[in-house]
Amino acid sequence: MLKQWYKSGSPYIWLNAGAIAISMIMVVGLIGLIAVRGLSHFWPAAVIETTYTVPDEEPVRLLGTVRRSETVTATVVREAGFYVPEDQMIVTRHLLQLGNRDITSRDFAWYIGDHMGEWTYPENALVLERMTWGNFYGYLEAILEDGEVVAEGEAAWDELYERVARAVDLRQQILQIERYDIGGIAYQQEQIRLAQRRLELRGEDTPEAMAELEEQHAALQEEYEELDLHRNDLRRQMDRDSVRAETAEGRTVTIAMSDIVRAARPNVMSFGEKIGHYVDSFKEFVFDYPREANTEGGIFPAIFGTVLMVIVMSIIVTPVGVLAAIYLREYARQGPFTRLIRICVNNLAGVPSIVFGVFGLGFFVYFLGGAIDDQFFQAAQPAPTFGRPGLFWASLTLALLTLPVVIVATEEGLSRIPKSVREGSLALGATKAETIWRTVVPMAAPAMMTGLILAVARAAGEVAPLMLVGVVKLAPNLPMDGNFPYLHLDRSFMHLGFHIYDVGFQSPNVEAARPLVYATALTLVLIIIVLNLTAIAIRNRLREKFKSDSD
Amino acid sequence: MSNESHETHGSPPESPLTPLASSGYSSLTAPATGIRKWRGVKNGISRYFVGVGGVSVIIALGLIFLYLFIEVVPLFRAASIEHIATYPAPGSDAPTLHVAMERYMEVGVRFAQDGSVTFFDPATGEVKLEEMLPIPEGVEITSFGAGEPRTQLVAVGLSNGEFIIVQHDEDLSYPDDVRLVTPKLVYPFDDKPMAGDDQGRPITSIGVQQGSGGTIKAAISTDDGRLRLIEFSVRRTLFATETTRNAYDLDSPDTTINRLMISMDMADLLVGDAEGYVHYYRIRNPADAQFMESQRVVSRRGAQALGEDPEITTMKYLLGTVSLVVGGSDGSLTQWMLVRDDENVRRLTEIRSFTPHEAPISSINPEYSRKGFVTADDAGNIGIHFSTSHRTLLSKHAVDDRIRFAMLSPRANGLFLLDESERLHYYLVRNDHPQTSFHALWQQVWYEGYEDPQYRWESSSATDEFEPKFSLVPLTVGTLKAAFYAMLFATPLAIMGAIYTAYFMTPKLRGIVKPSIEIMEALPTVILGFLAGLWFAPFVENHLPAVFSVLILMPLGILLFGLLWSMIPAKTRSTIPPGWEAAILVPVIIFIGWACVKMSPLLDVWFFGGDMRQWFTDIGLTYDQRNALVVGIAMGFAVIPTIFSITEDAIFNVPKHLTQGSLALGATPWQTMMKIVILTASPGIFSAVMIGLGRAVGETMIVLMATGNSPVTNFNIFEGMRTLSANIAVEMGETEVGGTHYRILFLSALVLFALTFVFNTIAEIVRQRLRKKYASI
Repeated sequence: MLKQWYKSGSPYIWLNAGAIAISMIMVVGLIGLIAVRGLSHFWPAAVIETTYTVPDEEPVRLLGTVRRSETVTATVVREAGFYVPEDQMIVTRHLLQLGNRDITSRDFAWYIGDHMGEWTYPENALVLERMTWGNFYGYLEAILEDGEVVAEGEAAWDELYERVARAVDLRQQILQIERYDIGGIAYQQEQIRLAQRRLELRGEDTPEAMAELEEQHAALQEEYEELDLHRNDLRRQMDRDSVRAETAEGRTVTIAMSDIVRAARPNVMSFGEKIGHYVDSFKEFVFDYPREANTEGGIFPAIFGTVLMVIVMSIIVTPVGVLAAIYLREYARQGPFTRLIRICVNNLAGVPSIVFGVFGLGFFVYFLGGAIDDQFFQAAQPAPTFGRPGLFWASLTLALLTLPVVIVATEEGLSRIPKSVREGSLALGATKAETIWRTVVPMAAPAMMTGLILAVARAAGEVAPLMLVGVVKLAPNLPMDGNFPYLHLDRSFMHLGFHIYDVGFQSPNVEAARPLVYATALTLVLIIIVLNLTAIAIRNRLREKFKSDSD
Repeated sequence: MSNESHETHGSPPESPLTPLASSGYSSLTAPATGIRKWRGVKNGISRYFVGVGGVSVIIALGLIFLYLFIEVVPLFRAASIEHIATYPAPGSDAPTLHVAMERYMEVGVRFAQDGSVTFFDPATGEVKLEEMLPIPEGVEITSFGAGEPRTQLVAVGLSNGEFIIVQHDEDLSYPDDVRLVTPKLVYPFDDKPMAGDDQGRPITSIGVQQGSGGTIKAAISTDDGRLRLIEFSVRRTLFATETTRNAYDLDSPDTTINRLMISMDMADLLVGDAEGYVHYYRIRNPADAQFMESQRVVSRRGAQALGEDPEITTMKYLLGTVSLVVGGSDGSLTQWMLVRDDENVRRLTEIRSFTPHEAPISSINPEYSRKGFVTADDAGNIGIHFSTSHRTLLSKHAVDDRIRFAMLSPRANGLFLLDESERLHYYLVRNDHPQTSFHALWQQVWYEGYEDPQYRWESSSATDEFEPKFSLVPLTVGTLKAAFYAMLFATPLAIMGAIYTAYFMTPKLRGIVKPSIEIMEALPTVILGFLAGLWFAPFVENHLPAVFSVLILMPLGILLFGLLWSMIPAKTRSTIPPGWEAAILVPVIIFIGWACVKMSPLLDVWFFGGDMRQWFTDIGLTYDQRNALVVGIAMGFAVIPTIFSITEDAIFNVPKHLTQGSLALGATPWQTMMKIVILTASPGIFSAVMIGLGRAVGETMIVLMATGNSPVTNFNIFEGMRTLSANIAVEMGETEVGGTHYRILFLSALVLFALTFVFNTIAEIVRQRLRKKYASI
């Protein structure tokens, strides 16, 4: 029977079925892994308290959240320097986030499950998200105002939430002033300096002209000083309150309210409160700026940079790609030469993206950018303006990279337009240009859209070339702001993909950054999957439409 | 208005229908002539605009290749020199001992036999400053030696057994923002001659060197054949500098010594004699300096050849004083280095020889910041060579006279030649990229400080003396290694999956599976890379037994399940129709995977002593956490969708009448698959694999994140690698624009470009053939 089963070829079919099942499990598993890890980051996890007793050592009290657990062999754990009894073979260990990096410098640590006492969930466990030094874990004692205790015990919690909200509000105001008002003044002052230098270069630096600029500069300086006073006042107000708490080791610490981003009491919070906390954290993640070397806070500049870069790229690549496709399909004489060009364009889609990056850096940044600087930005020299990696060059490089995608998709769309449509238009007396621009191109527009969306999806996920032509780990300014000319194409920018690479691999505290990287990855995956699904949907609808048209 | 006017304004549309249509139109509405004209113009403009636009886009794409090529070409350009001036040696009429130039080529210096030192303008020979060395009355200069060129240190030995050490230096100042170079002489110890030989015999040969700590060592030999070493150690305290001088007598070789060279680490003394030998002394601790060996450095003539054996006519250390170049009276040029042999003894070993001159070599002088050197000979020829790349960049007849000195400027952009009749020739040199050659990029090179020739990529330098190692072999091997393991993982999964999806799967399931896998293709590789590096690599390290047990148990488990499935009663079986096998297998596969992971620690304890990683090390395999296995799987993941979707298309598009015919003749579906479908679709599958390979070769982020990026040249699956693309990403930011390293990175981009272009073109051509074939079936 076994022989017959083998002869029927069924084992091979099962193996083939296994291959596709494995592939599917991998795809779904991968996206699931990212989704679970990325989304769970914002959930206020329960805080456990336990005593950790290693034989022959003082017991230690631990307070923190369990990040990961795993089962490994005793040998591995022993090699890592843990004590495990001789006869034990398998060990379960837990990675605890203990926070308090400023106090213990051990914010993440592995603990052997067998040495842990019972896990309890203390009600007054406090988790503070701070501006610096990561999270704080402890027990709330009191709220202080100007060093005086204003609330203790249970009452302190309400007071805490209220005063944290006040401090956060004040910080927002300060940030507003620093980022927009003071930033704007600094930008204008720099413009005045450049204007002066320009006059000097042209030899038109008459005392009157210079004095006038000098006067503007002074006015701005005055404005700045006023803002500075206001800011300092806000800072003083923010420094009013502080929190007193006890750490797991029993030390009492006082934390300034100005240092706190968010406070939580995970073991008591109701489900609804947890949802609220979750939404709040998520909002911060999407709309805020990063903190602490990108390992905390939000990814707004990265999202903004990615989107803006993609938009600029689309503006460049669409007309150019469509034009090339129309030429190839409608005007060029079909023959071996056009076939050759088509093969080349197709192949270009397979050229490694890093090659485009190298080209962009050499040709766009150093060659073109250098020439532009010499021509138009002499005043800023020796500091380069366009002669250094920036948004425009990154967009241009990616436009080149995605050009084949747009050309191929558009050509496919054009070739799907039934011949009868063209002939009908010509028969009615339209010129060739009219036929193409009024009939064929509008009909092929969905195909162009598909091409564009695919190009955008590819560009949004591409990192390697961007590392060379314009992406930085931390951009001081967004490439678009309230200062004329509003869109600063010469600025370098942040990018989701590079953010993942940078935070995951270059950051000093990988363990702390890990959840954020997963969340960032999830954002990127979602953007790209949505874009691709849109493209697929458009393509399918288009196919259906022309199937019925040509019948 | 008729067709003619239409034609004058723009070419008519190609369709034969249009003239008919337009003429009918014109006859009906004559007043619309203006509009018609305008439409014709618009048609022309549109045609022109699209044509220009389309062609220029295509040209722009071609430009990429061209630009990369242009950036690479200078790497292989030879050196060139341009004659600027010739003038009689400035200063005194006495014979010249030494000439040199400072960094900006504004001041040259000449030491002459009568003790005069002349600073002059290299371009004109105009004297800027003249000084005399403090030589006592009635004493003559009997020997001359120079340290490493960068130290600008020279020593002159006198006829009374004394010697002088002096530095030709310059001050830089910027009055009125213009650079001003003021030359000067600096005496490191004393501006009086110092005692060298206690017996007061003339010094016939002298060598000097300055170590990094400021220590200066000088070696002298006297006319009665004694060899001495003098050490000056400098101790700087807060208030004063203390110099102590110690002299040591060494066992002199029983020959005529005429060259003394000390290495910069103050450990080696090389003594050249008149017979073609170099004697090597270990002098790190001068009190017990040891003679190590004697080595003949110019080859003997064959027994039957006439004439005497060739001698050493000149020898010099290259930059960093690790290796030396020896010029012989037979015109030979060889490079020697102290290399540890099998018994761990350092021996003077010939590591390469350069294109010989036809006349005896008269002068060799190294570059100041690279491992190149300039040579000159008795017939007036000069040569510019580079050690690492084994290149002779210039070989030229310069002067119709014997050249006594050829000396490069510190930036290797200027050259002095001094001929026998004391004329100085000044040249500008262009030699930007001597470091690359086919040999240096693709073959084993014997680098300084290594025991044998090797493939190495080490581009960044910690010190000036560093010899950059630009072998593309480790990177190319790394690229192929990563691609190989990725394909090993991806090809079977993707092709088998495609076979099933295209031929056996129910259309309903196919409608879900295919788009899902296609979406996987669009997944940013940075995400795969980060998961591979941060999650999968540690996971694999902790669950190594699981990886191997999955490899074995997964196919077995699937087969076993298939067998069991065929055994259950047909009635139950038919509730799930054929074509849904993959869906039924999902829980089975998940279970097997889960079981393997759970079993992993147990397997580890049972078979590998509790730590499989340690076990690998014990049996002699290096294990890196981020290794080729992890990269293979992660990159395989990125390649699967590419191969899958093209293969699936190829199989799905095999004409149905072929398969139906086969099935009708009684073949089983699997037989039809293997004998008919796969064969027909094989070109398509081949092109899918090629495109997948192209993608694997060029992938950057996954390798960058999932390996340690160490440029090793092996195929060990448990070690990492550095690929061409990751190397560009890592190093491009830190290179000097237009420098050799920069251009070599462009070269590696060009190599990548070419590699993938070839793979893709083959794939595309095969695919077009296939398309034609289907059309004819």
